[in-house]
Amino acid sequence: MSESPRDEQRVIQVDALARVEGEGALYLRVTDGVIQDLKFRIYEPPRFFEVLLQGRDFSDAPDITARICGICPMAYILSACQAMEQAAGVSVEGDLRALRRAAYCGEWIESHVLHAFLLHAPDFLGYPDAIRLSHDHPDLVRKALELKKLGNRILEVIGGRAVHPVNFRVGGLHGLPRRQALAELAKELERGLDLALELTRFTGGLDFPPFEYDYTCVSLRHPDEYAIQEGRIVSNRGLDIPVSEFEAHFDEEHVAHSNALHGFQKDSPEPYLVGPIARYNNNFQQLSQLAQEAARGAGLGPVVNNPFQSIVVRMIETVYAVEEALRLIRGYQEPAAACVSAEPRSARGYGCTEAPRGICYHRYDLDDRGHILEARIVPPTAQNQKQIERDLRGLVAHRLDLPDERLQWICEQAIRNYDPCISCATHFLKLTVERG
Amino acid sequence: MARTRPKLAVWKFSSCDGCQLSLLDCEDELLAVADSVEIAYFLEATRAEIAGPYDISLVEGSITTPHEAERIRRVRAQSRTLITIGACATAGGIQALKNLRQVDELVRAVYACPEYIDTLASSTPIQDHVPVDFELRGCPIDRYQLLEVLNAALNGRKPNIPAYSQCIECKLAGTICVMVSEGKPCLGPVTQAGCGNLCPTCDRGCYGCFGPKETSNTASLSAWLQRLGMDRREVRHFYRLFNANAPAFREESKAHE
Repeated sequence: MSESPRDEQRVIQVDALARVEGEGALYLRVTDGVIQDLKFRIYEPPRFFEVLLQGRDFSDAPDITARICGICPMAYILSACQAMEQAAGVSVEGDLRALRRAAYCGEWIESHVLHAFLLHAPDFLGYPDAIRLSHDHPDLVRKALELKKLGNRILEVIGGRAVHPVNFRVGGLHGLPRRQALAELAKELERGLDLALELTRFTGGLDFPPFEYDYTCVSLRHPDEYAIQEGRIVSNRGLDIPVSEFEAHFDEEHVAHSNALHGFQKDSPEPYLVGPIARYNNNFQQLSQLAQEAARGAGLGPVVNNPFQSIVVRMIETVYAVEEALRLIRGYQEPAAACVSAEPRSARGYGCTEAPRGICYHRYDLDDRGHILEARIVPPTAQNQKQIERDLRGLVAHRLDLPDERLQWICEQAIRNYDPCISCATHFLKLTVERG
Repeated sequence: MARTRPKLAVWKFSSCDGCQLSLLDCEDELLAVADSVEIAYFLEATRAEIAGPYDISLVEGSITTPHEAERIRRVRAQSRTLITIGACATAGGIQALKNLRQVDELVRAVYACPEYIDTLASSTPIQDHVPVDFELRGCPIDRYQLLEVLNAALNGRKPNIPAYSQCIECKLAGTICVMVSEGKPCLGPVTQAGCGNLCPTCDRGCYGCFGPKETSNTASLSAWLQRLGMDRREVRHFYRLFNANAPAFREESKAHE
């Protein structure tokens, strides 16, 4: 019996994607073996931060923008601080800079381990979640939780608390962390390094679905270190610009199916990639020797083009972040003051830091009293949306023979390669597959 | 015979995810919690979904869209005990700052195609829409308070969450008052305790993450803040952060317009 045209239509729809931060959905419609429509839709309600900032004091921006995301508040706090400090013509150097970078390492550890083991690893191992994974692999989950806790400890010791830390301000910190607490933290970090290496080896042994893409990798680069909290914006296609030129090369557009704006390159139709793989591919040589060895040990070369290996890259960055935080804390000498004075003036300031998911761009215009006239914030997940859709198209095109349930699983796994932070991007996810 | 565990659901409305993350941040207790309840719905942590009704629902986030206003009623109908967690759910959150503005202006300023956006004029707490059994304050919530509230709900007792001010917490901890000793503006006298006395120990005044304490004397505090040199605009903005829409803070900020 021949099938009617309607029977040949196939739809896969995930209305609320799990294990992501925020609300998103996926819709896929296939007719006669051809993808007709594929949308990664963000329906997280908009919260209008850019407007809420207008008229506020420049010093309010770090605490307010932190609330864009509970998973990566440091990224918002420090991008805002950097922009305001630039506008005020001051820079935060030396041991204050070291404390901020160490805290940012804490956020990378907490966010990367959360994603790699609690959110993404269950996809690779065939579990609905990390709790059920822990029934069969209790040791693995316990170790991951211990390492995640270490990231949070760094944030607590330096920033006061892990979610929305209280101790950072324009110009530096409010108070200096207690020396005793830092000394204890250093001992915990020494133990944490072995844990990070062991968990990295584990991720290297996972099965990665075969898929590659020649990504346009966009990240920060700093002359002296693996870029986290400052640098120039670079790409593997030759781009090398100061943060202030970001908007000359990149923009966002509003599409009907998403509450998050879609980032794009102004001079190329190609989508671009931000986040762990972009940083790794652009700045591999600046990782520590130990992190580079961990990468080789996990089977990675200096360039990664399989997005499913992002889970390994996150863990390599975790190794780096543990080592780097330890180095910074060991070398820390308590400065005379917790902050430098930043006086407001009429100016424009730019800030960009490497959130765990990729570059987080801020721009503020201030009047001579330091009141915010205009704010622009471009979070990482908005920038990755076009690339996510491109990956899904490439991935699905060669796997249309899979049953719906399996196809949906691999699509979800592919979206989680990006650790999409939908709260950030809108400011996440439903999958619908229609087949025909 | 397998024991029946209470079913726990975690729901998200307009928010930053930080409060539900606090549950995953209970690294030492997470597996024990997962052992004592059945995690029936928790989108940030699992793709498995078990149908309601649920014994305990934790609700994060505020109501900012018509769809959310509809969805919270369905959540309430399926939940025996509904506990709101965090400043968004208990007061409307930082996004309630929009209640003070024209919504058209907001949408046009952020989105090029305003017709794609469906949003309400205000961000409101969950209890404005459905009955709530317990409100846990904080931006973000404190994870030990969350464990206490869960423990209490599982054992059918009242949670031991103090309603007194941050000031009491400082005194109990022996923290030197940053307002008296250093003249730093501090919302501690009118803010509910719960964060663990964080800001004053970081040499900073409280900025109100846990919202107004019961019977807070905000007018008196505002007079003190002005004596410390804050102008009316600064006082107004001091109350207009994550709990801007909590009645005591909202009215006090309006008194300084």
